[in-house]
Amino acid sequence: MTDPILEVSNLSVVVGRKKILNEVSLSIGAGEVHVLLGPNGSGKTTLLMAVMGMPGYRVTGGSIVLRGREITGMGTDERSRAGIALAFQKPPPVRGVTLKALAESLLEAKAGGNGTVRSLAEKVRLRSCLDRELNVGLSGGELKRSEMFQLLCLEPELSLFDEPESGVDLDNISVVGEAMRSILGMGKERSRKAGLIVTHTGHILRYVPADAGHVLMEGSIVCRGHPQILFEDIRKHGFEGCRSCRHCRSI
Amino acid sequence: MPPLPVYLKECAGRAEKARNRAAPLGPNLDLGRYRAEPHGESPPRKLDDQVLREAALSAGVDLSEENRGGTYLQVDHSVLCRNVREACEGQVEISPVAEALERDPRAEEYWWKAVAVDSDKYTAYTALQAPKGYFIRILPGCRVDLPLQTCLLLAAEGSIQDVHNIIIAEEGSTAQVITGCAVHPSAKKGLHLGVSEFYIGRGASLTFTMIHSWSGGIDVRPRSAAVVEEEGTFVSNYILMRPVRSLQMYPVTTLRGARSRSRFQAIVMGTGDSRIDIGSRTVLEGKACRSETLSRAIACGRSSITVRGQLTARTDDCRAHLECRGMIASGEARLRAVPELDAEGVPRAELSHEAAISPIAEEEVAYLMSRGMTREEALSAITRGFLNVALMGLPPALQGCVEELMAVTPAEGSRL
Repeated sequence: MTDPILEVSNLSVVVGRKKILNEVSLSIGAGEVHVLLGPNGSGKTTLLMAVMGMPGYRVTGGSIVLRGREITGMGTDERSRAGIALAFQKPPPVRGVTLKALAESLLEAKAGGNGTVRSLAEKVRLRSCLDRELNVGLSGGELKRSEMFQLLCLEPELSLFDEPESGVDLDNISVVGEAMRSILGMGKERSRKAGLIVTHTGHILRYVPADAGHVLMEGSIVCRGHPQILFEDIRKHGFEGCRSCRHCRSI
Repeated sequence: MPPLPVYLKECAGRAEKARNRAAPLGPNLDLGRYRAEPHGESPPRKLDDQVLREAALSAGVDLSEENRGGTYLQVDHSVLCRNVREACEGQVEISPVAEALERDPRAEEYWWKAVAVDSDKYTAYTALQAPKGYFIRILPGCRVDLPLQTCLLLAAEGSIQDVHNIIIAEEGSTAQVITGCAVHPSAKKGLHLGVSEFYIGRGASLTFTMIHSWSGGIDVRPRSAAVVEEEGTFVSNYILMRPVRSLQMYPVTTLRGARSRSRFQAIVMGTGDSRIDIGSRTVLEGKACRSETLSRAIACGRSSITVRGQLTARTDDCRAHLECRGMIASGEARLRAVPELDAEGVPRAELSHEAAISPIAEEEVAYLMSRGMTREEALSAITRGFLNVALMGLPPALQGCVEELMAVTPAEGSRL
């Protein structure tokens, strides 16, 4: 593995009073994309939220390290400024704040980014939505494209994608996929940008090839391997089959 | 009708009897705490006073007069500027109200006719002083495209600024007025009494946007009323984003004419220890008249805000809606919404209201923080979004001006 961008070690996370993650460890190298699989309720979103430092996701053990720097105690905004960004599965509506105003502020903070509000919005076919309030009244596809648009503005070093293809039709999946490739610097030589993708269907992997996969069940990583092989196994045997496979026994 | 001096004497007699009448709402102020006339250091008297210009700008009044049709500026009781731009000459009159009373034989048709002179001690006090304030008349059939602006600046420490304004939109006319009421930094304590009477003629349309920019030592008691004739439209916008010691107002709009319309919109941010009691009452009298009242308020710090609204239907076939939305942003603040509907023997009147108070959604704050905003920046963006002036549907010329003002007012630290 190249120099790790993200190192999660023995991470335990509690939401409310319930322990959701139990000593989870994973490491993502520079330029790598990993995929996180698992049944509903296994803790996939919790892991992304915990890495992003979202309130309500309390780390009770372990550590999160970004580029060699411990960030476990950092606030959400500090982590964003440190280079992490999360594309939410269900972003909340923020009334009164337009997508354009937010994008302008993100680009302004970035100073010297890779595009203008209009050009980046064009990439995800969102120009007509720029004056809309953030996440208000958008379709499923528009919501996902809006998240991608924001990540394009942010240019994060580590991108976290929470089910980027859910609720998205085929046309939109290709736009989302292309945006993810751009966000992850795919096609550029020596890109150090890394990503962690939560996916149920694996459809997005047609557009964004992943280097490694992890299967999360009941808050613990139970299997690792090549994403396509993991998907094939899950398709054949379901997640329960994961528990008994030889890969899992080796973890 | 008696000649003007006789009428004014009658008004004075009624005011005298109401001299100590407490207002039904808001803290009862002791007028003896304030001086009737400016004293001490001379307040600014020149238009090129930079502090004065900044104070006016804080209330949306641009003394460069760019893109304005006319200007009236009064500091305490002195008129510093009254001007109608060339583009609007022959369309509008702007003058001190005392001058209009002397010159206009019809003045008594407007003087203390919409607002009762004996409403309370504040109207009474104003009536018992020499008339001060502005008179604006939009001439019949004239469409004044550039906004007119007025500014009432309180500058003398510890004094009362009492004004009585008359705004007349004559038949078939259209105009927008932006009014800034502000405090000069030289005044730490003071009282602003502002009586305003609006007369919207048949088929006329007036958009009146009032921006208050006070400070924590100033008490404010506006007393306003509007009368709207057949097919007339009156839009009243009110914005308060800065602290005030106490402010109480409850303007009344009477839709007297058939198919007349009104809209009252208020955006209020309570900060510091501000005591704010605002609202509006709309009386629906004309056949098929319509009204809409919308208010948005955020209570921060230790502020207390009461937002009232009353719709009174006195005719069938009228329709009106009242909406109060509030956000409470502090454990020490208080926010009350008091909507009231009153149908007086009119079974086909349609009145409705919605009122809601909610906290700032932490989920939204966290979302914006995940985009790199600090908590303060995220809160600021959300509160500014909640108080979005774009919702007011202002004419474009006013919209730009108000947005510029909002951009520098409520949310220092905001990145949006």
